[in-house]
Amino acid sequence: MKRHFRVWRGDATGGRLEDFQVEVNEGEVVLDVIHRMQATQAPDLACRWNCKAGKCGSCSMEINGMPRLACMTRMSTFADGETVTITPLRTFPVIRDLVTDVSFNYEKAREMPAFAPPPNLRPGEYRMQQVDVERSQEFRKCIECFLCQNTCHVIRDHEENKRAFSGPRLFIRAAELDMHPLDARTDRKDFAQSAQGLGYCNITKCCTEVCPEHIKITDNAIIPMKERVVDNRYDPLVFLGRKIFRRRGLDEPAPPSPARQPAAVVPQTTTLDEQGRLPLSEFTFERPGAPSPYGEDVQFPLPADGISYHHPSEERPEIDQARD
Amino acid sequence: MTTTERIERHHYDVVVIGAGGAGLRAAIEARLAGKRTAIISKSLFGKAHTVMAEGGAAAAMGNVNSNDNWMVHFRDTMRGGKFLNNYRMAELHAKEAPDRVWELETYGALFDRTKDGKISQRNFGGHEYPRLAHVGDRTGLELIRTLQQKIVSLQQEDKQEYGDYEARIKVFAETTITELLTDDDNRIAGAFGYYRETGQFVLFSAPAVVLATGGVGKSWKVTSNSWEYTGDGHALALRVGATLINMEFIQFHPTGMVWPPSVRGILVTESVRGDGGVLRNSEGKRFMFDYVPDVFRNQYAETEEEADRWYTDPDNNRRPPELLPRDEVARAINAEIKAGRGTPHGGVYLDIASRRSPEYILKRLPSMYHQFKELADVDITKQPMEIGPTCHYIMGGVEVDPDTGAAGGAIQGLFAAGEVSGGMHGSNRLGGNSLSDLLVFGKRAGEHAAKYASSLTSRPQVKPSDVDAAVETALAPLSRSGENPYAIWHDLQQVMQDLVGLIRRKSELEESLKQLADLKDRVAKVAATGGRRFNPGWHLALDLRNMLLVSECAAKAALTREESRGGHTREDYPTMDPAWRQVNLVCSLDAGSGEVVITRKPVPAMPPELLLLFDRAELAKYLTDEELADYDRALAEARLNKLDGSAAAKEATL
Ligand SMILES: Cc1cc2nc3c(=O)[nH]c(=O)nc-3n(C[C@H](O)[C@H](O)[C@H](O)COP(=O)(O)OP(=O)(O)OC[C@H]3O[C@@H](n4cnc5c(N)ncnc54)[C@H](O)[C@@H]3O)c2cc1C
Ligand code: SF4
Ligand code: SF4
Ligand code: FES
Repeated sequence: MKRHFRVWRGDATGGRLEDFQVEVNEGEVVLDVIHRMQATQAPDLACRWNCKAGKCGSCSMEINGMPRLACMTRMSTFADGETVTITPLRTFPVIRDLVTDVSFNYEKAREMPAFAPPPNLRPGEYRMQQVDVERSQEFRKCIECFLCQNTCHVIRDHEENKRAFSGPRLFIRAAELDMHPLDARTDRKDFAQSAQGLGYCNITKCCTEVCPEHIKITDNAIIPMKERVVDNRYDPLVFLGRKIFRRRGLDEPAPPSPARQPAAVVPQTTTLDEQGRLPLSEFTFERPGAPSPYGEDVQFPLPADGISYHHPSEERPEIDQARD
Repeated sequence: MTTTERIERHHYDVVVIGAGGAGLRAAIEARLAGKRTAIISKSLFGKAHTVMAEGGAAAAMGNVNSNDNWMVHFRDTMRGGKFLNNYRMAELHAKEAPDRVWELETYGALFDRTKDGKISQRNFGGHEYPRLAHVGDRTGLELIRTLQQKIVSLQQEDKQEYGDYEARIKVFAETTITELLTDDDNRIAGAFGYYRETGQFVLFSAPAVVLATGGVGKSWKVTSNSWEYTGDGHALALRVGATLINMEFIQFHPTGMVWPPSVRGILVTESVRGDGGVLRNSEGKRFMFDYVPDVFRNQYAETEEEADRWYTDPDNNRRPPELLPRDEVARAINAEIKAGRGTPHGGVYLDIASRRSPEYILKRLPSMYHQFKELADVDITKQPMEIGPTCHYIMGGVEVDPDTGAAGGAIQGLFAAGEVSGGMHGSNRLGGNSLSDLLVFGKRAGEHAAKYASSLTSRPQVKPSDVDAAVETALAPLSRSGENPYAIWHDLQQVMQDLVGLIRRKSELEESLKQLADLKDRVAKVAATGGRRFNPGWHLALDLRNMLLVSECAAKAALTREESRGGHTREDYPTMDPAWRQVNLVCSLDAGSGEVVITRKPVPAMPPELLLLFDRAELAKYLTDEELADYDRALAEARLNKLDGSAAAKEATL
């Protein structure tokens, strides 16, 4: 059966969504379809992949606006006749077609002080209990797909925050080392606050929702890190997080979110902005709010009181306070 | 064409091609030896194929069973490889693997633990004791991430000392090497390639190169391997005069997914069978009972009742035949399919649903449950899985010196480690022995590449004419109008799958060589549309030449070896032949004709102290009479010297 796809093609100088009619067979995933496009219609269509089994984190892209692994997104999850739109990650500069420049993440990783081996133990003498390593092991499941980084609103539409903000992938790395039973450093949380920009995070949980490894980024890494930090540093967001966000999703209904402008449906334009990003911002997108955080089983538009996503502009003043 | 193109140049002491386990470990060692080191990888940093390994890394640490030691591991490895292994490599591997694994902990790795806080070890096919250090079913990810983070930590040290992260070790991600360059004395002088992102060329001038490029599986249609596995390292080595050995030995894993087509080849772990899963054909028959070879007859159950009792009472019952070695099970499945008793999608059924409760399955096999649920819409607690053999690993590779990893043949300054090197695993690799292989021989290759670089008094110079030729070759597909590379690739996979697959025949192998020759002509005319920036069509067009070369090696070696052993099964020579055990087939490239030439070379003979680790009765299955006479002589001598060999052997067989 042939299906309709729209794939963003172009490079840093501009691009557009191209239409493709592609054969889709039973059981296929989006990556199969991209491979078929390459083999039959567009041999030079650029796309990263490696394992095709959700293990390497190479094939990250946005599928109908959702940050997804193309190799783990089955075609059967789309409605019959639904057009599937495939675009590159929006937070990172486009190199070509579906390939983006993710070097930001590697630079931030390089600034993260490495594991410090305990000085008095030789190789082979390490002893740790399973319960103690498990907390860090959860974070070491990370396949570095950078979908969480792509989704986080602190940098998604705010190039200017990239300098000071390392992002959820690096917060879990900080937490992993903080919780490592034998790491010799004791300043992981301070570092997260002072150098990684942990204070920018307002616990929206969007990162957790897109993580293909189901790592509880917010609950198990960010919030504990913030709570520890608050021992010796005031972080208004912890207060906020405790008061509002952590309770949410348990039993209480979420507080009503601030009134929104109804989203205007604007046709997609064909060029990139100065930073090399796609023009798909939430104001021009056909759905209200950046769609990524919600996962794919959610109907749009969302009822206003069920939305756990806060537009960055609403949070800006608080973020600025939290920064120092 | 002389190039007008400006080519970016870098100078390094050691260039490591490949950022999997082997490459990263080699780079760490070269940098620790004080060398300026470059790491080159076709994909992003941390995404190499090693990431996919699940089961674990084999190392005889003896944490779970204290009887384990290097001698037992050595024996298991040699048995697994049906005694074709390079004994010295197997020995070094068994001796050094524990240190290499412990070292990872000092880099920050977090393995699963035993009750007393040590690294936990799990059972795996062919290993006598629980031996695989693991992290759930994502050991490869842990390994690569740990090494990646160690490299970052070295960069941080350099930043402190020199103010630059990349002062002494730099990663060139998404960069493909297309050619190795030598000077007039056949010494490595550098490597040439392109940045995938921009299509711009880059030249690395370096006296020592470590190949760690992994395997070749992408030339087969059904494979568990990724696009990176185009045999680049194998081909690069051949083209500068190095030699390959054991290229006929390819491991087909018995249980890969077969449906839907998109996931065809993806691995289904052995534990499904270990936990009670059985194989059935389309008639519902549990067919493995018909395929127990005579040598294993005594160890495997003859009735379903006995086999089923084994799970709860292994001491008084024999093992179910589903748990025969990988090559046996793969052949049996293949035979059933060929006989027309396969499933609609060309596999057989692996059934655990009818044998274990849903709760049990979910608890023991969570990742398999999810894999089938998410990718195939099959609920393995309710339905059987469809599975079939999948191309998994190549035992063959660059012929190396066991201690240093230096490539053999007419080349100096070239080293190889990991899946791209040959010899360590003989004719068949044991599960878990690859990850430890990467660490042990990665370290050695890095260390000796650094030593070699230090030993040179003059730096080998790249010849400009070679660079021009490399540029020309690389650009050719873009300026031609010819065939689509994807079509050629598809045909190549079909040829290898059908004619050089799990079961081989003389006539089919001969046919494959004919078809490969036709494909060679087509590859010479392949064309890529589009420009040079991140153009997968162009990349594939360039990779095809390597795939074809290694496929030719595999087919020619398979045609030459007239016996069946491990990862090489000839229908027309169905048994192992002790005379062939003494022979390695060596592939080289004829400089004039560009043809692959096969020569025979003796397998190095085990020294007495290693030979005596084995029982005579076991060796008798593999060795020639003359070799057995040597064994008897060595044993007599050992007794004379009061080094009681048999006692040592017995102690180690426990
Ligand atoms: C599904 C699966 C499961 C497995 N499970 C296990 C297991 O449980 N235990 C075990 O021991 N083994 C296992 N293996 C085998 C093992 O994972 C591999 O053999 C091993 O990881 C190979 O490592 P490597 O370092 O040699 O190469 P790789 O990790 O494959 O790295 C190759 C590197 O070379 C680079 N490269 C290649 N060509 C070029 C070029 N031309 N220019 C520049 N760079 C290049 C690639 O980009 C890559 O970085 C498994 C394999 C698979 C497929
Ligand atoms: S919780 Fe929200 S703000 Fe914080 S890191 Fe995750 S996505 Fe970013
Ligand atoms: S934390 Fe999850 S989403 Fe983020 S990079 Fe890792 S695997 Fe991807
Ligand atoms: S290709 Fe590896 S995660 Fe999709």
